[in-house]
Amino acid sequence: MSKYLQIEEVGMRFDTKKGPFVALKNINLQIEQGEFVSLIGHSGCGKSTLLNLIAGLTLPTAGAMVLANREIAGPGPDRGVVFQNHSLLPWLTCFENVYLAVERVFAESESKAKMKERVHNALKLVHLDHAEAKYPHEISGGMKQRVGIARALSMEPKILLLDEPFGALDALTRAHLQDELMKIVAATGSTVVMVTHDVDEAVLLSDRVVMMTNGPAATIGEILAIELERPRDRLTMVTNPEYLRCRSEILQFLYRKQMKAAA
Amino acid sequence: MSVVNLRRETLREVLSEESPAVIKVLPSDEQREPISENTGYKRTHAPEWLVNVFAMVMGLSAFVGIWAALAKFGGELPTPTVTFEAAIKLFADPFYYKTPNDMGIGWNVLNSLGRVGIGFGAAALIGIPLGFVVGRFKFVSNMAAPIINLLKPVSPLAWLPIGLLVFKAANPAAIYVIFICSLWPLIINTAAGVRQIPQDYLNVARVLNLSEWKVFKKILFPAVVPFMITGVRLSIGVAWLVIVAAEMLTGGVGIGFWVWDEWNNLNVAHIIIAIFVVGIVGWLLEQSLILMARRFSYDLKS
Repeated sequence: MSKYLQIEEVGMRFDTKKGPFVALKNINLQIEQGEFVSLIGHSGCGKSTLLNLIAGLTLPTAGAMVLANREIAGPGPDRGVVFQNHSLLPWLTCFENVYLAVERVFAESESKAKMKERVHNALKLVHLDHAEAKYPHEISGGMKQRVGIARALSMEPKILLLDEPFGALDALTRAHLQDELMKIVAATGSTVVMVTHDVDEAVLLSDRVVMMTNGPAATIGEILAIELERPRDRLTMVTNPEYLRCRSEILQFLYRKQMKAAA
Repeated sequence: MSVVNLRRETLREVLSEESPAVIKVLPSDEQREPISENTGYKRTHAPEWLVNVFAMVMGLSAFVGIWAALAKFGGELPTPTVTFEAAIKLFADPFYYKTPNDMGIGWNVLNSLGRVGIGFGAAALIGIPLGFVVGRFKFVSNMAAPIINLLKPVSPLAWLPIGLLVFKAANPAAIYVIFICSLWPLIINTAAGVRQIPQDYLNVARVLNLSEWKVFKKILFPAVVPFMITGVRLSIGVAWLVIVAAEMLTGGVGIGFWVWDEWNNLNVAHIIIAIFVVGIVGWLLEQSLILMARRFSYDLKS
């Protein structure tokens, strides 16, 4: 069971008022179970579009995608999505936000008490068990994003999809959450696809970094395997030659091969 | 009450200059006077609520003053005192019942409120669900747009003859007019609420693949409630405006008819009292709906 997620010749064309716009073409990617893959590229390169395709929020206009031997034909709770802007429902508490997801997946097979326990556990995993009864506006941006992660994980998804999950956070909170995410992924063995525009984040977290060319008609430019031992420590990484090599390779790709005119 | 209360900043500024004349500066009542004599800055600082109340009293007195002046020079307008005396007599027994055409002002107000309640209730039962459908489905929205745009600017009273024709009675016709005028704000605001739901929330629903009922219960409805309540407020506001006019035309028991009746009796003081009653009841309706809105609106600061 090596090819868990298969993306074959996927293309995405949007019909706009000015005519068809090809956002993605000829995307081919295989992801193994338990792998952490980052998608990196300049803004507008279609990396979020690709993530939405995997999530099933939009359907590709060409090619096919298969997750655990089933074709992706729409959104579903087997893929846990963490959005950039947390997307918690403001009228539900943290607990209720996560419960909504748990209930969707486990209502038929489990008792209420068991499902509540799942919510507790998911929030404990992101160290938010103390904030269960709080509403989203009562907690910080980093905490909200952690609830979002707890919600996605609580469904025990086949794959975790993160759309610039830490993009809206300050640098210190971001670093803290990256460390937590590494621990969670190590503990749960999740398969993860993460969209990012942060080179350090991509190298630190990923097993492979997928670099995308500029749009329109963006596709995969290069794929870089990050062969760093886990657990990874951000402090020692700064001087690790392999880390620096990977980092510089991605920077080379982004700023030499895919240089973009300043927007 | 200590009206002269030095601001702390001012105090500190003054003290930092170390002027010997202001050494005794202390905001206690006994030492108030030396301060005002010795320093250049005198700042009064009354509590905010007191200033607000004072402003309101000022506004009302100005209103009564102009009214009194108009009554004095304008001829037939009753003065505030005469009106006040009439009001005391009137409110001594607001719920008397002599004949169907001679009832206390309390009965008249309650009858009008009853009509508004029934007409608005029916409009809410139909308008709110309709608003959800119009907001959720573009095709229905396109279908509804010409009807709503055509009928919304029509004065509700223009519907009265049709109501009389259909119902052959004054009371249901008046209720029907309230129903019509309450309907549009309810539909329009509910639909706007549904349309403005952030795509993020709907994406959550899609990612979780929630059932339509769950989407409605957990996402659509809570997100729309604040808009719905705005619709309710507008509707009831308009309904209360319209009922007075409708009752003037239809007769029966109601504050609008009562105004008309007092005009026929040439009892202008009572008309003025009715104006105040209509205003106060409308204001109370508005305030209670604002309270309700506060209870139901979630915080969007997240």
